Formats: sequence, C-alpha cells, structure tokens
Amino acid sequence: MGAITLGRMTPYVFLAPAAAFMIVGLLYPIGYMVYASFLDWNPSQRIGEAEWIGLRNYVNLLQDDAFRESMFVTLKFASIVVSLEMLLGVGLALLLDREIRGVAVLRTIFILPMMIAPIVVGLMWRYMYHPTVGIFNRTLEDWGFQPIPWLSDANWALTSVIIADVWQWTPFIFILALAALQSLPRSALEAARIDGASAWQQIIYVKLPLMMPVLIVTALLRLIDAFKVLEVILVMTNGGPGLSTEILALRVYRTASEFRELGVAAAMSNYLLMLLLVLTVAMFIYNKVTEARAARLRQMAEKG
Amino acid sequence: MNTSSQQQNPAFYALLVVLIIMAVGPIWLMLTTSLRLNVDIMSETSSLLFMPTLQNYETVLCDVLWYDPAHVDYCDPTFGRALGNSIIVALIATGITLVVGCMAAYALVRFRFMGRDTVSITTLLMRMVPPAVLLVPVFGIWTFQYQLDGTRAGVILVYVAMNLPFVIWILQSFIVQVPIQLEEAARMDGANAFQVFFLVVLPVIKPGLAAASIFTFRIVWNEFLLANALLDRNTRTVPVTIVNSLTEYDIDWAVIMATGMLLAIPPIIFTFVASKQIITGMTAGAVKG
Repeated sequence: MGAITLGRMTPYVFLAPAAAFMIVGLLYPIGYMVYASFLDWNPSQRIGEAEWIGLRNYVNLLQDDAFRESMFVTLKFASIVVSLEMLLGVGLALLLDREIRGVAVLRTIFILPMMIAPIVVGLMWRYMYHPTVGIFNRTLEDWGFQPIPWLSDANWALTSVIIADVWQWTPFIFILALAALQSLPRSALEAARIDGASAWQQIIYVKLPLMMPVLIVTALLRLIDAFKVLEVILVMTNGGPGLSTEILALRVYRTASEFRELGVAAAMSNYLLMLLLVLTVAMFIYNKVTEARAARLRQMAEKG
Repeated sequence: MNTSSQQQNPAFYALLVVLIIMAVGPIWLMLTTSLRLNVDIMSETSSLLFMPTLQNYETVLCDVLWYDPAHVDYCDPTFGRALGNSIIVALIATGITLVVGCMAAYALVRFRFMGRDTVSITTLLMRMVPPAVLLVPVFGIWTFQYQLDGTRAGVILVYVAMNLPFVIWILQSFIVQVPIQLEEAARMDGANAFQVFFLVVLPVIKPGLAAASIFTFRIVWNEFLLANALLDRNTRTVPVTIVNSLTEYDIDWAVIMATGMLLAIPPIIFTFVASKQIITGMTAGAVKG
C-alpha cells in the first residue's frame, strides 16, 4: 500500500547507501580474496604483478604438516569448547530458572565477559596464568602444590586457552538457554507436574526436548564463533608453545603478517570459510526443517 | 514452584554468589592490579591490603592530562593518541552504520521487494565471515586500490560494512512492529517518505536503535585485527597499542592493566546501563534464527 503512494525510486534511495558500503567494503574484498588464493603474492607486490599459480596454494597447504596440525587444533578447540559451554550453560540455566530477583543481576553481570575486548580478556588471563605473579600459581604454592606451567607447556597451553574461552562464553549459552526455558509453554510443564513427574523427569522428558531447537541453533552459533576466536589466543600464547594453540584464524593472521605470504593466507582463509559455510548452511537447513515441521503440526492440529 | 525454591534458598544463593565471583573475579583482579605499583605486584608477599594509587593511569594518560604527573619522567604520547583515535573511529563508524542500516531496514520491511529470507541468509552468511578472512583482501585493496591505508576512513569503511548485516537485521525486527497506520496518518498530513521515516519511524524504534548501536560500538571499539593491518603509527587504536606493548619478557603489568581497564570501561558502562537491550539483541539472534 505504501509503495503506491510513494515514488517508485524511494526504496532504492533508502537501500543504496547500505548496498554501496557492503559491496565496496565486504563483497568485493571477499571476491578479491578468492582470486588472490590462486596467486603467489607477497605484500610488496601489486596484485597484478603476482604470479598465477592455480591451485598450488591449496595443494601445498594440504600437504603442509603445520597447516594440518593447526586444522586439528582448531577442530579440537572448537568441539571441546562448545561441548563444555553447552553442558555448563544449559545446566546452570536449568538450575537457576526460578522467579528470584537475583537472576536479573546475575544476567547483567554475566554479560560482562562478553562485552569486554577479547584483547583485554587475553590480557587478564595471561596475567592470571603468569608463572610467578599469577594468582593461580601463587595460590597453588600457598597451598603447598607444585606450580603449573599454564602457558609455557604444550600440553597445558590448550587447556588454559579453553578455560579462558569457557569463562568468556558460557554466559552466552546460559542466557540463551534461560530465555528458551522461560518461553516454554507453561501448560506443558504444569501437565507434567500434575502427572507427578519428578524434577529430573521434567527436565529430561519435557524441558530439554522443548528447548532443543533453540539449543541446536545456539550451539551452532557458538561453534561458528569458536572458529573465529583469535585475539584472546594471540595475546595469551601467540599460538605457542610450538603449534599447540595455533588455531586456523591465528595461522591466517601470522601467515599474512609475519611470513608475508598473502596468497597462501588467502587459500587458508578459503578453507576456513568453506568449513564455516558448511556449518552455516547446516544451521539454515535445520531452521527451515523445524519451521516446516512446526507448520505441519499446526495444520494437523487445526484440522483436528 | 514457590515451595521448592524456598526450600533450596541457601544453596541457591551460595551458587549465585560463587557464579558472580567467578564471572567478575578476573575483571576485579585487573582493576586492583591497575591500582597497584609494579613493585607491589612483583613482591613475593601479595597482600590483599594495599594503598590504591592512580599512578598507572597517570602514566598511561600523561599526554591528555591537564597537569604533569610528578612521577612520570618521560611522557609517552602513544596511548593518549590511540584513545583519541579509538573514540573517533568507534563513534563515526557506529553513527554511519546506524543511519545507513536504519534506512535499509526500513526499505526492506515497508517496500518488501526482497524477501525477508534474503536478509536473514545474508546476515547469517556475514556473521560467519571471520575478520581474519578479510585481512588479506582488505590489506591489498585498501593499500593499492582505495589508497586508504593508514587512514581512519579506511577502517571505518570496513567496520561499517562488517556490521551492517547484523544492524539491518535487528532493526528490521523492530520496524516490523511499528503499526502502519501511524505512518499512513503522517502521510495523510502531507509528510514525504523521508519525513515519515525520520520523524515517525525513528522515534518509535528507539530500543532497537540502542541495541544495534551498542553491538556495533562494542565490535568496533574492541576490534584489533583489521585495525592492526590498516592503521599506521599516528592512527592506531587502543587494542593495537596494547598488543604492541606486550613483549615476551618484562611486562609492566600495572601499566598494561590500567590500559586494559581503560579499554574495558566503556563496554562495562554500557552493560550496566542497557543490559536489557543487549540481552534482547543477543537472544534475538538464536531464537528467531
């Protein structure tokens, strides 16, 4: 209705600035990166001077042990982090789903770790993990234990990084799970209670299944974000010791800025992007399927 | 419901307290460290009691203070400059993103010539792109084609582009709720499309604007990777200077924590002022897909 009374160009005028920004600042660069991944290119060259080498960057990467190691570290980091955070976040949400004033305060305080710059989060944890002045080793020594080489030992470093990430992002899962819990249909919960279901039975047979769609989307969102974690690890370990915490995003950064091989970094970015694309598409398809199923159920209910 | 929660009250509140300590502990530690002298931090006996001092903040901010702190021998202007850059970049990028995003969201909702699905898919796809992936192309294009390397305009351009999909998408969900009758009434009174948008629609969707601006500001204010690649000595933002001052050994923890604290303060303030809007923005992402 609005479109008739207004000039035909109006929507385009409203959309043009956004479109321009996104084409110039986002789409063109991504296309450019795909092109650059086929080049042997270093930062001192203009892109036109770089040599076209076809798929060699991709093939070389697949045979590169360091890249495969970093791929493995990335997958390990992402899967551990997401499962731990889901477990803790959903558990806490189930525990704290009460009508008590404290929960609102808790929610506000819980957002803090997510709002603070990743650089600063890395800084805080690096300080706490410090071998001599850090609070963890000080406490351990006070209690008469051996200090732990949190960040300087290849076996411990990944654990330390995972702990920091769990601290920062469990609240995200918690808040989403709590929102999901509180929007559950009251009638279903009441029915279960009246039928005499115990607290555990309510959780396992009523609450969790009803929350499942939101939980799966949350897990996927968190998984996508876990592949993007970079700054925290950069500040804490810079990928070391060895390659033990060098996740893919960090390796892209180091390949581009330290080793100055832009073509290789672009090819690596493409691998990362493909991985994330699969996850995103999976999430989208899942959304569509659940929507379709819900619509079908509604129809069946209406028909009676 | 009531009876069960009353029975478990003590354990419940104990759990709350533990969680709050765990969430705030590291931040609190950063704050107290930034208020100590470095000698204090390094000493073997870490006492809980100490004289808080603002010396570290004076060292960091010496360039922008109106007086010369007595204990600073050599004033390093890096941080003062970086703080200025950070504020300029974050404010301008947030402003542009909001204005441009708002107009686009309005067009997408009211003129519906593109499906809302298209917007959701674009948002989702853009959310997926890690900043690290933009590093290589942005470096190449900004240096050789746009000639924007080293300028604030250069990073602002990437930041606006990066944040637009999310802002458009979240504002869209607010604009849908604006009753069309309100706009029609304004149009009857002779307002044109732009007047309707700026005078009628914008005031109604203020909560949405708040959520969108906080999210954008936070991302821009905290961003390190692209700022590091694009900016030079004079235009660096705070996260870049923090990473640059981290060396392998002999870190001046007190001063660096003060720097970190200064970077963390604006997001912390936003959290306490607008936690409701932040949570709205965050949950909308998952619940509506």
